[in-house]
Amino acid sequence: MTSATLLRRITDYAARADPYPLYAELRRTPVARQEDGVYAVSTYWEIAGLLHDPRLSSDPRNRVPTAGEEDILEEEQGLPPSFLRLDPPEHDRLRRLATRPFGPPDSPRRVSDMRGDLARMVSGLIDGLRDRERADIVEDFAYPFPVMVICKLLGVPHEDEERFHVWAEAIVAGLDPGEEGEGPAERRRAAQRARMELGRYLAGLIEDHRRAPGGDMLSALAAGHGDRERMSPLELVVTAVLLLIAGHETTVNLITNGMLTLLRHPDALRRLREEPGLAVPLVEELLRYEPPVQLLPQRTALADIDVGGVTIPRGAPVWLVLASGNRDPRRFPDPDRFDPGRTGNEHLGFGGGIHYCFGAPLARLEAQVALTELARRLVEPRLVTDPPPYRRNPVLRGPRHLPVAFDGCVP
Amino acid sequence: MPAADGSAEEFRRRGHAVVVGASLAGLRAAETLREEGFAGTLTMIGDEPHEPYDRPPLSKQVLLGRTGAGDTLLPRRRALEARWLLGTAATGLDLAGRRVRLAGGEEVRYDRLLIATGTRARPWIKETEAALDGVLTLRTGDDAARLARRLDARPRRVLVIGAGFTGSEITSACRERGIDVTVAERGPAPLVGALGGVVGAVAAELHHAHGVDLRCGITVTALEGDPAGRLRCAHLSDGTTLEADAAVVALGAVRNTEWLAGSGLAAGPRGVACDAGCRAFDVHGIVTDDVFVAGDVARSPHPLFGYQFLSLEHWGNAVAQAEVAAHNMVSPGPERRPHLWLPAFWSAQFGINIKSVGVPPMGRELAIVQGSLAERRFAAVYGHQGRVIAAVTFDHGRWLPFYGRLIETAAPFPPDFAQVDRAPGGPRPIPAEFPDPALPTHGPTVTLSGYAPSERRVTFVPARV
Repeated sequence: MTSATLLRRITDYAARADPYPLYAELRRTPVARQEDGVYAVSTYWEIAGLLHDPRLSSDPRNRVPTAGEEDILEEEQGLPPSFLRLDPPEHDRLRRLATRPFGPPDSPRRVSDMRGDLARMVSGLIDGLRDRERADIVEDFAYPFPVMVICKLLGVPHEDEERFHVWAEAIVAGLDPGEEGEGPAERRRAAQRARMELGRYLAGLIEDHRRAPGGDMLSALAAGHGDRERMSPLELVVTAVLLLIAGHETTVNLITNGMLTLLRHPDALRRLREEPGLAVPLVEELLRYEPPVQLLPQRTALADIDVGGVTIPRGAPVWLVLASGNRDPRRFPDPDRFDPGRTGNEHLGFGGGIHYCFGAPLARLEAQVALTELARRLVEPRLVTDPPPYRRNPVLRGPRHLPVAFDGCVP
Repeated sequence: MPAADGSAEEFRRRGHAVVVGASLAGLRAAETLREEGFAGTLTMIGDEPHEPYDRPPLSKQVLLGRTGAGDTLLPRRRALEARWLLGTAATGLDLAGRRVRLAGGEEVRYDRLLIATGTRARPWIKETEAALDGVLTLRTGDDAARLARRLDARPRRVLVIGAGFTGSEITSACRERGIDVTVAERGPAPLVGALGGVVGAVAAELHHAHGVDLRCGITVTALEGDPAGRLRCAHLSDGTTLEADAAVVALGAVRNTEWLAGSGLAAGPRGVACDAGCRAFDVHGIVTDDVFVAGDVARSPHPLFGYQFLSLEHWGNAVAQAEVAAHNMVSPGPERRPHLWLPAFWSAQFGINIKSVGVPPMGRELAIVQGSLAERRFAAVYGHQGRVIAAVTFDHGRWLPFYGRLIETAAPFPPDFAQVDRAPGGPRPIPAEFPDPALPTHGPTVTLSGYAPSERRVTFVPARV
C-alpha cells in the first residue's frame, strides 16, 4: 500500500470510526508525500516542530493550488479570512484584540466566572433525561450544551440556533477534504455562501449590541477598549463568525468522544465518579486519545523545509496529522492505551504555536464539567451501538449520534 | 553503609538522601527521587520557614495585589514522605564524614547529598543604609509581602536601583499601580547585560512610554535617612539628589555558598561547580560521587556552548537540572544522564512578554528575523562564530521552539529564509552591543601549591568584595 492511497483511505468515510491503525501505518513515513503533492506529517516531534516553524504559513493566499483546488482563492470574493487563516502580523493583531474580552491579561476571569453558568446548563440538560432510559448523547446533551455556552459568551440569542445551525454545518463541511458526496470544491463554495449568510446575521447582531451593550464578548468587541486599537467592522464580523463556529463545532465532539471513551473504559468512568478531580487529567488524555480536531490541512511551506529526513518544497501544502502525533510511541509510552491519570501529557489536541486553540480554556472547562456530571448522574450507562454512527468530516471528527441506555439519573 | 561503593541499588532501597534547599529545585528533585523508586529516608532542609513556593509571581501578580505573597505555594507532583527541617539553615558540610551541619548545631548524616541552596538578593552595599526603613530587596515571599505592603501605602516615589529583569518587573508593577518610579541603572540601557544594547534600547523605550523616570549611566552613591531612620532621599553619581519613600535594590543575586566554605567543594561566589551529570567538583577539580548540585547555585559545563560552565538563574533550568540530578543520584553509572537543557527564560513587563533561548551574551551580533524593533514585537537571533547561539522575542514567544532548534542544530547565522512576518529586507546582522566583558568582576580565584604530584593542591581564594 503506498502512502498516496493511505491519506485517501484516512479521509474515506470507512475509516472514520477507527482511523488509528491507518495513522500507525502513516507514521512509518513521518513526512510522506502524497500523489497530489500534499505532504502529510504524522509523528509527534515533527508536527510539534512545524507548529512553531515560521516557514509554514496558514494563509491560503500563499498556496500554489493543486489540481482540483483552483477555486481556493475564490474565498477572496466572500468574507476575508479570519485570524485562523492569517499569518502575523495581521493574525497577531486580530487575535490580541479578540483575546481582550476573553482572557488574560485584560479579562483573566472571563472563563472561570462561567463555571456556575456551565454547571447550571449541564444540570438542566441532565434533568431532562430523568424519566428516560435511553438518550442520544449528541442531540440531548453534547450539541445543545456548547451552543448554550457560546451563545451566552458571545451574546447571541439562543432562540436563533435553528438559523445559524444550518450555516454552521455547511461551514464545517467546507473543511472536509474528502472526495465523497458533492466533492470538496462544491462544499467549499457552499461553505463560503453560508459564511456570508452567517456574517450578515452577526453584523446585525453586533449593531444591536453596539446600541445596547451587555456583558458579552460581542458587546465588548463592538465597544472597543478605550482609545486603544480596535477591529474594523468587517474584521469584527469575520471574527464573530469564527468564534461562533469554533465554539460550538469542536466541543460537541470533545464531549461526545469523551462519553464514548468513558463507556468503553468502565474503570475510568468509575474512577471519575469517585474522584471528580480526575476530570482535569482525564480531559487532557481525551484530547490526546480522541482529539476533536484530527488534522490541520491548511498549511503551506514558504521555503524548502528539511524535516524528518525529507525536504518539503516551497509552496507545497502540508497536513499536520495531530491525532497521529498524539499516538506516536516515540513520545507517549503505550500510546494506544487510554490512561486518565497520564502525566507529562503535552498532547497536540489543541494544536500549538500561534494558532493554539483560542478557546482551549473554555473547552477544557466545558468538557470537565460535562463529563464529571454525566459520570456522576447517569446510572449504569452503556453503549447501545459500538461503534456509533460518525459524521462524515475527517478533520472535525466525532459521532453523529451516540445512543446510550441507562437506568435513570441520580439528582 | 551504602553509596561509598557507588551501589545505586542499595542507596535506592535503604539510603539516606538529604536535600539542602527547599525551593523549586529541591522540591522537584525530591519528587523525582520518589518517582524513580527511591525508598530510603529523605530529609529536606530549608532556611525559610515556608513550604516550597514559586518565585516568578512575586515580582508580578503579588506586587499588583492580584495574589498574596503566601499564595504561591508550588503544586506538589506527589507525596514525598520526607522529614522537613524548615526554617533551619545549613551552616557547614563535612565531606569526609558525610554530614551537614545545621544552624542549631545538629548534624544530619547523608549517603547522598543534593545542594540546591539557590541565591539571595544582593544586598545594598552599605549596611547602615540598607537598614533604613524603606530600603528593600525582592527575592523571597517575605520580601514580596513587604514590598507589596509598601506599594499599598501609595509611596510618592519609588527608586528602583538596577534595571535587570527583576528591577524592570518591579518598575512595571509600580507604573501599573500609578506609582511614580525613578530607575537608576549603571549600564547604558535596561536589560543590557542579559540582552545587549540593541534590545536594551527597546526596553528603554518601554520605560519611557510608561512614564518611568529612567536614568542610565547613573549609580546611586548613597541612601540617606531622616532622624527616625526612614529613607528620605538618594544621592546619585551625577551629583543630583532624588527624594523617594522607598528604594528597591535590584542588583542581581548572590549565590548561597558561604555554608560550604572550607568544605573542600569547588564552591564560591559563582556557585558550586559540577559536571554535566550534576555531580559536584571538589576544589581540586575532581568530581565527587555522592554530592550533587541543581538549580541557581549550580554551575555546569554545557557542550552546546563550548563546554563553558554556565550558571543559570532560570526557573526551567532549576526543574530540569533537579530532575537530572535526582535521576543520577539513584542510577548506576551507565544509566546516568547529562543535563543538556537549552537555557530559556521569560519575563513580563509593561504589557510585553519577553522570552529568550540560548545564551544571548555570547552573541556578538544579532539580526531581527520577524517583526520589528520599532513595533516592539519581534524575534531577534544572536550569532556567535557564524552560528545561531540565542534568540530573544518580544510578544513573539510562540515561535521560540523553532529558534531553539536552530541553536541545537548549530544553524548558520544569520538565518535567512522565507517565513511569516519576515522583517522587511530580510535579516541584517548588527552588533548586539553587550558591555565590555573586560570590566572587573567579583570572580573568585584559586592558588596552586606543592611540588610533587602527590602534594599538588588547589586552595580556594574567596573574591575580595
